[in-house]
Amino acid sequence: MADIVQFENVGLRYGSGPETLSDLSFTLRAGQFYFLTGASGAGKTSLLRLLYLAQRPSRGNIRLFGEDAVLLPRGRLPGFRRRIGVVFQDFRLVPHLSAADNIALPLRVAGVQEADVEQPVREMLAWVGLSERADARPETLSGGEQQRVAIARAVITRPEMLVADEPTGNVDPDMAERLLALFASMNALGTTVVVATHDFHLLSRIAEATMLRLDKGRLLDPTGALRYPVRP
Amino acid sequence: MSGAGRVLDEAGGLGAMTGVMAVMLFLTVLAAAIGLGTAGAARLVDRQLAGRLTVQVVVGEPGARDAAAARVLAALGGSPDVARANPVDQAELARLLRPWLGDDAANPELPVPALIDVDLRDPGDAAAARVAGLVRRAEPAARVDRRERWMSPVNRFLRTLTLTAGALVLLMASAAAAVVVLAARAGLETHRATIEVMHMLGATDVQVARLFQRRMARDAALGGGAGALAALGVVALLGGQVQALGSELLGGVALSPKEWAVLAALPLVFVALATAAARWAVLRRLRRIL
Repeated sequence: MADIVQFENVGLRYGSGPETLSDLSFTLRAGQFYFLTGASGAGKTSLLRLLYLAQRPSRGNIRLFGEDAVLLPRGRLPGFRRRIGVVFQDFRLVPHLSAADNIALPLRVAGVQEADVEQPVREMLAWVGLSERADARPETLSGGEQQRVAIARAVITRPEMLVADEPTGNVDPDMAERLLALFASMNALGTTVVVATHDFHLLSRIAEATMLRLDKGRLLDPTGALRYPVRP
Repeated sequence: MSGAGRVLDEAGGLGAMTGVMAVMLFLTVLAAAIGLGTAGAARLVDRQLAGRLTVQVVVGEPGARDAAAARVLAALGGSPDVARANPVDQAELARLLRPWLGDDAANPELPVPALIDVDLRDPGDAAAARVAGLVRRAEPAARVDRRERWMSPVNRFLRTLTLTAGALVLLMASAAAAVVVLAARAGLETHRATIEVMHMLGATDVQVARLFQRRMARDAALGGGAGALAALGVVALLGGQVQALGSELLGGVALSPKEWAVLAALPLVFVALATAAARWAVLRRLRRIL
């Protein structure tokens, strides 16, 4: 399997503050499932922001889909971002759009004809169990429902990489299991999945997942050799 | 489901644009109408006075005056530069003078000059100079006045009005563009979170800008259309009142169908302007973020 992401001595600093991320070197392989763990403030969200190109590193090199992501011209970012599905920690649904329109947004951004939008959106709504809530606006949806809309929006274009920031943080354990099952099925279809979480109960649910552990901005297990539960 | 055009909140800060554009277009259409009207009046003055002369035969004794006028008229009649030369009836002159001189205006002993209206074939300066020379040779006491010269202050005034109105239209267009730029910037702030999501979903700057363009174009079309319609109503009302005055000069102010079409097209110009200004402002601001 090819490397989809390569980090080499990557550091990230916001303004003139201390480094949020330091000396990150690791690779993510296509089609693999990764958990990114660490305590609050460890730098998980910052690392994910680098992965989905919301941020450029302060130093080091990042290769994404085989190309230098650090020197990538701004005009080429949209093309790369369309290959990445993102589930934001705070969902970031567009408040004036219905659940269906939120899910359809990546397709419309990608220029898919209106006639070809409705069917995949219906399928996606059914997949996340929200067919009955297609016309509901985010404010009328529960936290779990919003989360599922956000996930459906992230995967509707079948991205090569799915990045999810604490996707189970606001849902009950049953829903968390179901959402994880959704990610696993995406992964089974070939999508590289990176899930940031500090929910240790989830980590054991995907046996073949690789764990990346962050502590104070540094990666403790860059080789991914450590798994959860730690095997003898 | 609806299209992506509704991504921006309909209740956002851009709605005030409709009212602003209505006022802008109302004033712009009025200014443009004044400009077109005064330009028309200036053209009418030019048309009516170009190549027209008045010859005054200033001789005190009526008999000698009439003889001199006849000589001048004969000389003019033989000139290839002259299309028409008509003596002004003395009775008509007396009528014109009556408000100032009363019944004495009709007194044949009054040393009123004889006047001859002359239309030149060519309105140029050379023909006017040749005719003036011809007149002076026929009667050294005769004076030749070009009517253009009498009316040049009026013409200058009309042209200044036209230029002022044109400048006003340009100023209003600039102000409208500035308002759109400010509104687009405010809109970008209001919708910052949505725009960030759009970017993360792979939207290009042009796609984001298009959302604002559409919004601005709609506001400009609605507001501008209403403002322009109201202004056209006012222009039509004023035009009717000018026609009722029956003034030959003010008659030139009346707008032609082509000029009405120009006024009616102004909202479209403003929509295009608003669209371009919004696109410029949004793209410029988006370039600063990743």
